[in-house]
Amino acid sequence: MNDIVQKKLNILADAAKYDVSCASSGNNRANTQGGIGNAVNCGICHSFTEDGRCISLLKVLMTNNCIYDCAYCINRRTNDRPRATLTVEELVDLTIGFYRRNYIEGLFLSSGVIKSPDYTMERMMLVAKKLRIEERYNGYIHMKAIPGASSDLIHQAGIWVDRLSVNIEIPSNPELKRLAPEKNYVDIYRPMNFIKENIIAQKEERKHLRHAPTFAPAGQSTQLIVGATPESDRQILSLASDLYQGQRLKRVYYSGYLPVNEYDQRLPAIKTPPLVRENRLYQSDWLMRFYKFKANEIVSDEHPFLDLEIDPKLAWALRNLHQFPINVNKAPYEMILRVPGIGVQSAQRIIEARKFRTLNTQHLTKIGVVMKRAKYFIVNNELPASVFDLPSETLRKQIILGDKPKPKSQPDTQLKLFSFGDNVKPLRLTTNLAMLD
Amino acid sequence: MLLVYDGTFEGYLSVVFEVYKRKLEPTEITAKEHFQHTMFTSKEEITTDFDHAERVWKGLQQKLKPELNQIPYSAWLSGEKGIEMALLEYIRQAFILPLSVEGNFGDANILTVRKAARRVMREAMRVLQFVRFQCTLDGIYFSAISPEYDVLPLTIKQLQNRFADQNWVVYDLKRDYGFYYNKKTSEEITLADKTFSRSTGAMPANLLQEEEGFYQQAWIGYCKSTTIRERLNPKLQRQHMPKRFWKYLTEKKR
Repeated sequence: MNDIVQKKLNILADAAKYDVSCASSGNNRANTQGGIGNAVNCGICHSFTEDGRCISLLKVLMTNNCIYDCAYCINRRTNDRPRATLTVEELVDLTIGFYRRNYIEGLFLSSGVIKSPDYTMERMMLVAKKLRIEERYNGYIHMKAIPGASSDLIHQAGIWVDRLSVNIEIPSNPELKRLAPEKNYVDIYRPMNFIKENIIAQKEERKHLRHAPTFAPAGQSTQLIVGATPESDRQILSLASDLYQGQRLKRVYYSGYLPVNEYDQRLPAIKTPPLVRENRLYQSDWLMRFYKFKANEIVSDEHPFLDLEIDPKLAWALRNLHQFPINVNKAPYEMILRVPGIGVQSAQRIIEARKFRTLNTQHLTKIGVVMKRAKYFIVNNELPASVFDLPSETLRKQIILGDKPKPKSQPDTQLKLFSFGDNVKPLRLTTNLAMLD
Repeated sequence: MLLVYDGTFEGYLSVVFEVYKRKLEPTEITAKEHFQHTMFTSKEEITTDFDHAERVWKGLQQKLKPELNQIPYSAWLSGEKGIEMALLEYIRQAFILPLSVEGNFGDANILTVRKAARRVMREAMRVLQFVRFQCTLDGIYFSAISPEYDVLPLTIKQLQNRFADQNWVVYDLKRDYGFYYNKKTSEEITLADKTFSRSTGAMPANLLQEEEGFYQQAWIGYCKSTTIRERLNPKLQRQHMPKRFWKYLTEKKR
């Protein structure tokens, strides 16, 4: 272990940082006798970078050499960048060394494609195998399946890792072909389907044979780049929805496009990544996964893009005011979840708490409901009913106004002891003293 | 009536036992170290009885949801003012209510207990997140941290499962005690001779293994390289990783 490894690590971590996936969740893997590490279902973040993203896994490329020339990728072969490759041993040592110091929750291994997809995939698979067998490592491993690699190698990798994933990157096939002529959707979907089928088959087998090996037990995920191509939010979200339902993906990540290859005319010229849009997409994703929303409720043909000013749940509520107000003491869970200002936790708490008593506003506030939002959409026995007659547009303005932070310099109404207004003449202490004489 | 106990959880459970046995109506329950003399309330000190404590705990466990049965202990660990009385109400309701007490969020006492427990569990999680081991010359992985609440006992099982094949120490600098794990079991220890920094828990380089420096540098370098400069958001970083932990973090050392 030396300076060269350190330099290689820096290059390859820098090259891997644009992959936003970080989760170490979705699987409970127990440690084995005399082994090191385990994985917990909830996942653990061990650090946070200055951009506020979590570091859970050692996210690194095996190599940033690549035979492809994709317009959106910093590692494309025509870019003049420092290139490096970590050996299988170096990757294993770094993972174990970091893990033992509690720096990380596991390894996230991706790679540029060298020589051929099979050659690359095999070396990546060897890293996982060596960790599991020689080091008796039971921590988390997330591996990228290289599009075009043989199913046999992907199958082998799946046995050793917790999560396998293939990145779609560009949310539509024509755009992908334009930006990455060497790639196409068929190559991406083939391994994705293969992984899906293996996960299902292996789960079935483990019902009968308890000790049958697992296959990517934490499922698969993917990433979509947002803002590099002209797809609408509607296209992106319906793709994501298909992926969750059809491909049974655990997560879809959205990555606001960063202009990494500014010279390429095929890409839009933007200065800053579309962070708000990315955030709204994640909120919509949450609505689909945890709030039982359907993609076509969040965006539709009339509203193909998300409202950047307000969150998608509020936007839905404002478009569907006829469904409100709802009674928190009676409405079903699914409907309470849809109230702006009530999250999953508050909704669950309401369901539990109302078995004991009728809930009033004070209860709701204490439970964690954001009343300044929710008050427009709920009734209990005490709220005035007049606020519900507001038209959607007025309500929208009112809520946006209410969200703005109050100006800091509020006029002080309390009189201060030692400050004087403009027209009050300060008493002269000396004159007072003189008068005492 | 004011009841005083010795400041241990067993002591507290003994108080609960007495309250039930003698049908007491305490107005306050407090640990000895926080006790302040008052003029008008009568005060009684309850001696800790492990049998009584166990009976209360076992009885209580039968009334609680299995996945939420550590809430009373976690809430008590918060050491918040008045938590003892809120917890007594929680226990009372657990024994008499036909519904599971955990869901009674409309009751101020129950909510207080659940919120306190949540804060404590979050702090335990933070220890698991932010503890950093340094490998010493004698092959012991050492780490020190000072959590807001006394949560090390809640983290030991997880650390044992995870770092099963290495010797390690986690040390609470604030409360001056820790746990040592010898690849089989872990025991509570207090280090009289502190060879490490009392404020940051850092060991001097001459007591660390040679490769330790490499891994620390590699980690610091990794954290820098993986940052996306175009997206800096220090506020978000602090929100997830409170500044009070930074002095223990290898990657935040200067």
